Amino acid sequence: MTVYTPGDEQEASRIIGEAAQKGTKLQIFGHNTKAALGRPASADAGLSSAELKGVTLYEPAELVIAARSGTPVSEVVRTLADKGQELPFEPMDYRSVLGSQGEPTIGAVAAMNISGPRRIMAGAARDSLIGVRFVNGRGEVVKSGGRVMKNVTGLDLVKLMAGSWGTLGFLTEVTFKVLPKQERRSTLLIRGLDDKRAIEALSQALGSPYDITGAAHLPGPDRQGAHTIIRLEGFSVSVDYRLAEVRRLVKKLGSTDILEGRGADALWQSVRDATVFSGLSDRAIWRISTAPMKGPDLVARIAQGVEAQWFYDWGGGLVWISTPAEGDAGAAAIREATRALGGHATLVRAPEALRSSLDVFEPQADPVMALTRGIKASFDPSGILNPGRMYAGI
Amino acid sequence: MSIAFPKPDEAILSRRKDIIGGLGRIVAPEALIVSEDERRAFETDGLTAYRQMPLAVVLPSSTEEISAIMRFCQENGVKVVPRGAGTSLCGGAIPQADAIVLGVSKMNRVLDVDFQNRIARVETGITNLGISQAVAHEGFFYAPDPSSQLACTIAGNIAMNSGGAHCLKYGVTTNNLLGVTLVQIDGTVVQIGGEHLDSAGYDLLGLITGSEGQLGVVTEAVVRILRAAEGARPALFGFERVEDAGACTAAIIAAGIIPVALEYMDKPAIQICEAFAHAGYPLDVEAMLIVEVEGSDQEIDDMLRRIVAIAEPFRPKTIKVSQSEAESAAIWKGRKSAFGATGRVADYICMDGTIPTGQLPYVLRRIDEITKSYGLGVANVFHAGDGNLHPLVMFNINKPGEMEKAEAVGEEILKLCVEVGGCLTGEHGVGIEKRDLMTHQFSATDLAQQMRVRSVFDPLWLLNPAKVFPLEGRLAA
Repeated sequence: MTVYTPGDEQEASRIIGEAAQKGTKLQIFGHNTKAALGRPASADAGLSSAELKGVTLYEPAELVIAARSGTPVSEVVRTLADKGQELPFEPMDYRSVLGSQGEPTIGAVAAMNISGPRRIMAGAARDSLIGVRFVNGRGEVVKSGGRVMKNVTGLDLVKLMAGSWGTLGFLTEVTFKVLPKQERRSTLLIRGLDDKRAIEALSQALGSPYDITGAAHLPGPDRQGAHTIIRLEGFSVSVDYRLAEVRRLVKKLGSTDILEGRGADALWQSVRDATVFSGLSDRAIWRISTAPMKGPDLVARIAQGVEAQWFYDWGGGLVWISTPAEGDAGAAAIREATRALGGHATLVRAPEALRSSLDVFEPQADPVMALTRGIKASFDPSGILNPGRMYAGI
Repeated sequence: MSIAFPKPDEAILSRRKDIIGGLGRIVAPEALIVSEDERRAFETDGLTAYRQMPLAVVLPSSTEEISAIMRFCQENGVKVVPRGAGTSLCGGAIPQADAIVLGVSKMNRVLDVDFQNRIARVETGITNLGISQAVAHEGFFYAPDPSSQLACTIAGNIAMNSGGAHCLKYGVTTNNLLGVTLVQIDGTVVQIGGEHLDSAGYDLLGLITGSEGQLGVVTEAVVRILRAAEGARPALFGFERVEDAGACTAAIIAAGIIPVALEYMDKPAIQICEAFAHAGYPLDVEAMLIVEVEGSDQEIDDMLRRIVAIAEPFRPKTIKVSQSEAESAAIWKGRKSAFGATGRVADYICMDGTIPTGQLPYVLRRIDEITKSYGLGVANVFHAGDGNLHPLVMFNINKPGEMEKAEAVGEEILKLCVEVGGCLTGEHGVGIEKRDLMTHQFSATDLAQQMRVRSVFDPLWLLNPAKVFPLEGRLAA
């Protein structure tokens, strides 16, 4: 398969314009580390952002960074860290779960709206994304948003591009709002809670005034091995104070410990990257977003129908479930549960055959699909950009 | 009047009676306003220099009624101008002669509050403050706080993606909305999002937020509610030079501190507000910052101590750290009365551009030059943390030509904002006010892409059609 690697926006515009004329279907990617995620889509050629590299603007005092879409996430993270800043939404790294290698790009973080544990406090990638430049399916260069964080000028196409998986346009440059890295991180660990009590504890913490930046529950092989973790970040004095207050809130539930340093960071990284499921590389993985308190009910419902392992992030609102990668990988039970309790499920990992035969993304109601098809056509009338990656025909 | 409205459709005007009859079959008589006197209450919004009498006003009570009204309007080619409380500063809710106004103000119930999931489900005619009041007994609040929050509706907030003074920490409407019920112009009712974070498929929620009533009418919303901080206290700094205030802001952020509010006022704004509110503002400084932090007393003390230390190298002439609720209230009273106090001394138009904060000294100098060149005055208040600038261009409406001058000043200021890398509007919206300036920020291709998306939702361009996109070069209708 031919892979185009445009060196600038104009070249990308020319390639896509020609592809639109000829009806050449393009598979869009950066370094292809997430090729195994999403609906398998057929394409005639590849279009990679790999040669669109480099940070184009960084103003630490204005809390803003812009980079060409093919810039490695690691380079953006390093550039920010040099000035004591970070991407607020803590983007997940999918490589471990997908078993892929190479450098994930910042464009994919925007295109797939990739966030992590801090999403509950700081918003998702889409909340920090303040500007995009892209080439639509007609080969036209389009910009939306900009470099300032408060901007309501015109339709917010930035949000539409975030999470559109390359089906609406080929991103060439993305601009994010950033935040200072906090002086100290500290994690409160509660042991031995069942799912329901754990999510109640997290909900209590998240309903407190103490600015929780991480709230996860990792059920163990038995109740004693269950870990409920609550993260606080900030200036040291403030962390000490809030830690004591949150500890007081949850102390009747069980014994608590405080974790800091590398071990704690590694724990949150395993939550962020879903490597809590390590050693289960032959199984399917689902990611479900729901109302936090409904997390345990959702899991209980699913576990009745299919053998499952799971953990919770986002205070219970993000459920990661691993199921056997056979049959429908639990799809029927999972879709039934999200329909009944609200939320949406994404099949993050499964063999290609399964991802071809199942809905990878939550099926949508007819009027939403009608809008989705209309929007797709308004950006990409010839249907050449990542066709079928999200839904049939999208 | 310098902002043009499209020529009304004579065929619609001549069918006014039939249209009113049709609407009358959908809603109760008291929900349909047709007399000239009563319609007058809806002829303008917060941009009072412009008015248009609508064909009729309809104030439905349910999503079903709105769906029926919308379907009727599409079938009959009648334009619809959605309206919340009519507080828009950009003319977003100003009617057209051949349009009906569809107001959601009667739909103002709180449908459900769920503290454990930290959400509230409301009808969108509820006021912004109404949501906070409904959850205050548990110490919660709804974060975006536009200064009109006492009056403005969540419907309008969603339409305009409204912000407020505290968005540096809490974000704007789009960051605090989880789900909506949207009625499309063909009457279709769509549920978008829900009680969970992030959406399946395209981010329609993000697209609808800030779409200025052109994609549909939002009748219900699920918003995030947050537990309020234990306390908040501001400190006030006066500087002899604008540059020092700007550099001090940058230094606070560089030190890793994100205050919950960071407000800037220039000398004319300080003087106008002090004369009105007697807030104890320093009158001998060129620029003033109000920096507010949140937390427990102990955290606030620690943070304000750090901020004072950061400010000192910039030689503030005044430092006033609030020690009590009364002092905090006094500091805020001045800033919060900026618009009202300016209104006492002059007529004014309030601009709303955003600039990269590093450009502040240059932009303020240019604003001063521009206003002086027209012989007018200006007072600047500014959300310094996020770059959102509110120059209040002052004029005398009784002097012929002055309002036109003020509009010309406003236009030049907004062009300047775009020139330095910012945008036309940070939180007020485009409406009619900035519609014709859109080509300064966007290329024809950028606008065409937005208009194609708009057409997906409203192919006949019946929803609030006089707004946002320049009348020339439209793709449809």
